[in-house]
Parts: sequence; C-alpha cells; structure tokens
Amino acid sequence: MLYREAGQFKASFAEDMQIFPIRQDRIAIGLLLAFAFFGIPLFASEYWFSAILIPFLIFALAALGLNILTGYCGQLSLGTAAFMAVGAYAAYNFQLRVEGIPILVSFVLAGFTAAAVGVLFGLPSLRIKGFYLAVATLAAQFFIVWVLTKFPWLSNNSSSGVISAQKIQILGFSFDTPVSKYLLVLGIVVVMALAAKNLARSGTGRAWMAVRDMDVAAQVIGIPLMHTKLTAFAVSSFYCGVAGALYAFCYLGSVEPDGFNLDLSFRILFMVIIGGVGTVLGSFLGAAFILLLPIFLDNTLLPTAHALGLPFSNATVSHIQFMVFGALIMFFLIVEPHGLARLWQITKEKLRLWPFPH
Amino acid sequence: MQFFFEALIGGLLSGVMYSLVALGFVLIYKASGVFNFAQGAMVFFAALTVVGFVGKGVPLPIAIVLAFGAMVLLGLATERFVLRKLVGQPPISLFMATIGLTFFIEGLAPMLWGDAVQPIELGIQDEPIPWLLERFDIVVSRFDLVASGIAAALVVVLAIFFQKTRIGRALRAVADDHQAALSIGIPLERIWAIVWAVAGFVALVAGLLWGSRNGVQFALTFTALKALPVLVLGGFDSVAGAIVGGLIIGASEKLAEIYLPPLMQAGFGGNFGGIEGWFPYVLALLFLLVRPEGLFGERHIDRV
Repeated sequence: MLYREAGQFKASFAEDMQIFPIRQDRIAIGLLLAFAFFGIPLFASEYWFSAILIPFLIFALAALGLNILTGYCGQLSLGTAAFMAVGAYAAYNFQLRVEGIPILVSFVLAGFTAAAVGVLFGLPSLRIKGFYLAVATLAAQFFIVWVLTKFPWLSNNSSSGVISAQKIQILGFSFDTPVSKYLLVLGIVVVMALAAKNLARSGTGRAWMAVRDMDVAAQVIGIPLMHTKLTAFAVSSFYCGVAGALYAFCYLGSVEPDGFNLDLSFRILFMVIIGGVGTVLGSFLGAAFILLLPIFLDNTLLPTAHALGLPFSNATVSHIQFMVFGALIMFFLIVEPHGLARLWQITKEKLRLWPFPH
Repeated sequence: MQFFFEALIGGLLSGVMYSLVALGFVLIYKASGVFNFAQGAMVFFAALTVVGFVGKGVPLPIAIVLAFGAMVLLGLATERFVLRKLVGQPPISLFMATIGLTFFIEGLAPMLWGDAVQPIELGIQDEPIPWLLERFDIVVSRFDLVASGIAAALVVVLAIFFQKTRIGRALRAVADDHQAALSIGIPLERIWAIVWAVAGFVALVAGLLWGSRNGVQFALTFTALKALPVLVLGGFDSVAGAIVGGLIIGASEKLAEIYLPPLMQAGFGGNFGGIEGWFPYVLALLFLLVRPEGLFGERHIDRV
C-alpha cells in the first residue's frame, strides 16, 4: 500500500536516470539521513558512538571499497586491511610532514596513496584471476604490514611502528568528542557511498560488471581490460585508504601495523559476503551484522550458559563466535549468495504488491 | 659456503613440510576443482585431535587412527553439507565457502580439545645427524630428515594411487570433466568423499609432523597460508608441482632471511628481520607475472 510507484511518471531522461527513481525511496533515504545526522546525536550515549556507530560507518566504508573490487569487478582480494593501513599511515605522515595541511586534504591524499599502492598490487590481476589473485593480494597484505613495521621513517621512529593520530581540526573547530567525530565520519561516508552508487551506474561501473561476469567476453566487446581492472583496484583502494585513515583518526586514535592483519581483511570480506556482493546497501548491512553479532553473542551466550549451568568461559564464547561466523558464511553462500541486500530487495518486491499479490 | 649449504638444506627440509600441506590442497583441487582454503585448519584440527586423545590416555597409534576417523567424518560432513549444495556455483563462491569452513574448524577444534599449546611426542629426536656433522661439518636435523622421508613416501604412495588404481583413474576422470565422468558411471559423490578422506589423511600427517616440531597450537593454521605460494609456484593441479614448489619456497625463504637483511641494512639502516613472512608471497607474485599457470600446472584456455 505504502510502497507503490504507480502514478510516478518519468517525463525526462534526467528523471528516469536519477539515483533513487521511486519517490518512497527518496523520502526514506531523506528521513534516514536526517535521523542519522540530527536524531542519533540527540539520544545516543558515548558508548554507542565510540564502540558501535563510528566503527560501523568505517567498516561499512572499507566493505564498500572491497565490494567495488570483489562485488562489482569480480577480483577477490584478501589484502583489504593492508590498503587500510596504507591510508592510515599516509594520512598520519601527511599531517606530520606537511605544514598546515587541512585534515580533509590529507585524508584524500591518503586515499590516493592507497590507490597507487592498490594499482601496483593490482597489476598481476591482468594476467591472473581467482585464487591466484587471492594469493597475490595476500602478498600485499603481508608485505605492506612488514614495511610499515620495519621502516621507522613511516611511523616517525616510534617503537614497533605505533602511530598516534593527530588531533582533527577543520576551520578552527576541533573534532574531539565522540559526537563530532561521528558526524565527521558520517559526512564522509555518506558522500563516498553516494559517489560509489553513482559510479556503479556509470560506464565505468558497467565495464566492471562486464569484466566480473566474464572477462574474456568483456574484452571481446571492446572493454579495455587493463584500464577497467586497474580502475577497480584504484577506486577500491581509495575507499579502503580513506576508511583506514578514519579508522586511525576517528576510531582508535593510535594504531600499529599488526592491527591491520589478515583477520581484519577476512572480517571485511565477510561483511561483503553476508551483506551482499555487488551492492552498496549490502556493505552497510554486512558491516552492521558482523559488528553487532559478536556483541550480541557476548551478551546472550554467557547469561544463557550460566542460567543452564553450563561451564562456559570467555574462551568458549570466542570459539563459538568463530564457529558462528564460519557457519554463517557457508549458510549465506548456500542459501542466499546475494546476501542481506537481496533479502531487503525481496522485501521491497513483496511490499510493492502487498496486500493484493495478484 | 658451508653455512650456505646448511641454510639451503634446512630450507629444503622445511620446504618439504610446506609441500605436505600443499599436497592436501592439490588433491582436492584436482578431484573437485575446489580450492580448499580450510586445509590449514584441517591440519590444526587433526593434530589437536591426536593430542586430545593422547591427553585422555589413549596410546599414540590408536589416537592417530581415531584422529584419522575424525578427519574422514569431517571431510564427509563438509562434502555432504557444504560442497554438494554448492555444485555449479562459480569457483570463487566455493573458495569463500571454504574460508567459512576454516573459521568453523578453527572454532570447533579448540572448543573440543582446549586451546593450550601441547606437544606431540613421535619419538624422533630433533638433533643433528652425527655422520654428516663429522664428515662435512654440516648440521642437519634427524627429525627434518625423517619428516621429509615420510613426505616423500606419501608422495610416492599418492602417485601410485592416482596412476595405477581404479579409484585413482576415476579421480582423474572426475578432475577432467565432472559431467563426462558422471555419464560413464563414475559415482561423483563417492569420489569426492574419498578425496576428502585422503586430504584429511594428508592433513593428519602434516599435523603430526608440524605439531611435533613446533607444538600443536593455533599458529599451525598459518602454515597453510605458506602453502599457498607453494601452490602458485608449482601449479594448483600438480602433485609434483607441490613438491618442487615447496622445495623452492622453503630454500629461498631461508636464504632470503639470511642474506637479504644485511644488504637492506646497508642500504637503509635499521633492522629488517622477518622477511620470511612475506618473501614467499612476493616470489609467487613475481612468478605469476611470468608463468601464470605455475611450473607444472596445466595451461588453461578461456573460451567465450
């Protein structure tokens, strides 16, 4: 009843091509954004900001980056965390070494640095694909973390490569409370998510999808393979790099190279798989799911076990977390390979017809 | 020079251990086209099961048999509940499913058996062989030698199994073309079950050897990651490739660890240890640029 697009006629090409063609979608997105910008800061507690909302947005951005590469362009990467690390360290160094550089500029430059590194490690993708590429991106993962640990210049000679992010100041206003950091991250993520959604609908995005579906066929119809794959690597790494910079500056404050380990890469990959491969919405749903699941398990398993009198320790809970993650990945791949985003889409299709399905 | 040989031999012998893990990957990949990322987790699971049974007072040989049983069960369950449902999906989905399986096993194993670091006693001393020490003044561990002997024996047995037996022929047929194999009456599901059981056995052997060397611990799962560059170097579908790749990776990472840091130190200053951590991957990466199908892999032709 509510979700029906009947009567919404598109009179011009621009209207037909707009990013949210259905009026209800536009209203919903508008409300959601208004709620995120104005509603949440009114009542969310400090814990919510610094432990859930900020990491959620940052991981969603990183997942979006990986989704561009894996979901849209079909190149599996296991080195996401390393590209995030490049972003974090690049932003730190730009702040440190360039006098008076605005923080947002250094975030963007960090993104470009990560993009350059991404292109470098994306070069093998021109000759190899599938598992082989996964191994090649593992090289990026281990090599980059090692470089960040061993070259003291990159972390300003701190021991074992730990960096402490500088204070964030934009136009004299300092972002030091969780709320202000949240708003900053939210602003960046919204802009970049909209950009990604648009990019996916553009010629570049269509070329990515053609390469994903079958690269030889894409090449035959005249899509330049090298250019397409490398732009996917560049854009993806740009997103991951900015996410990494935010991870260091707005979430943790101080990071070490080992924090960007293979485990983090896997977690982001899981967000993409569970959220939905090849959708912008899926990155957000997946990030929320992967982030909230451990918290949910922590809060439910121990009390339940105690109530039942089972001998559960914290270690057991973490083992169960591993198992649940693994089982969920397999479950989603078997039952719903397009993830949570697809479930949402099905709901929308149903809502269109509801309550008269014929 | 003598030091060089010592490092080389040490590297080659540890390379054999990588080959052992890589072998498990190759077996499953050959027979079902699944790139089983969970092989490392299976190694961990197998070793932990043996240790767990021994801890319960079961004698070692029986514990090994029981662990083999557990591996077969695990393989069968994987085939039945995960892979069979994913038949016909793109290989990359299967690959990601095995990543999920990895996490599942990494949670399951310590939950069943506890997560303390535990030793396995196989009764082989990790000491230099006196004869070599006297003759050539080279330190070669007896344990490494025995381990590589076992690995070599395993490879020979597997090669005979693949080439000469009925099941081996069926396996190769399945690897070649699932549908064609089905149409001439080869039971696909039974073949896959056998492959997973054999891969479980290889994982068990690898787990025993690695475990008795470094102790059974979570870090065992990382050895599997080292097996990946071995596979890239050797080719995913070649048993011989897994062996040769393992030797190359093992030797080169040892030599790189010894000879590269001083060079880099001279160039940049600072401490550059830990090259072993990434060297195999970068080597594999460079190798991929030259020969994407690996040393012994079959060249793959894409058709639209």
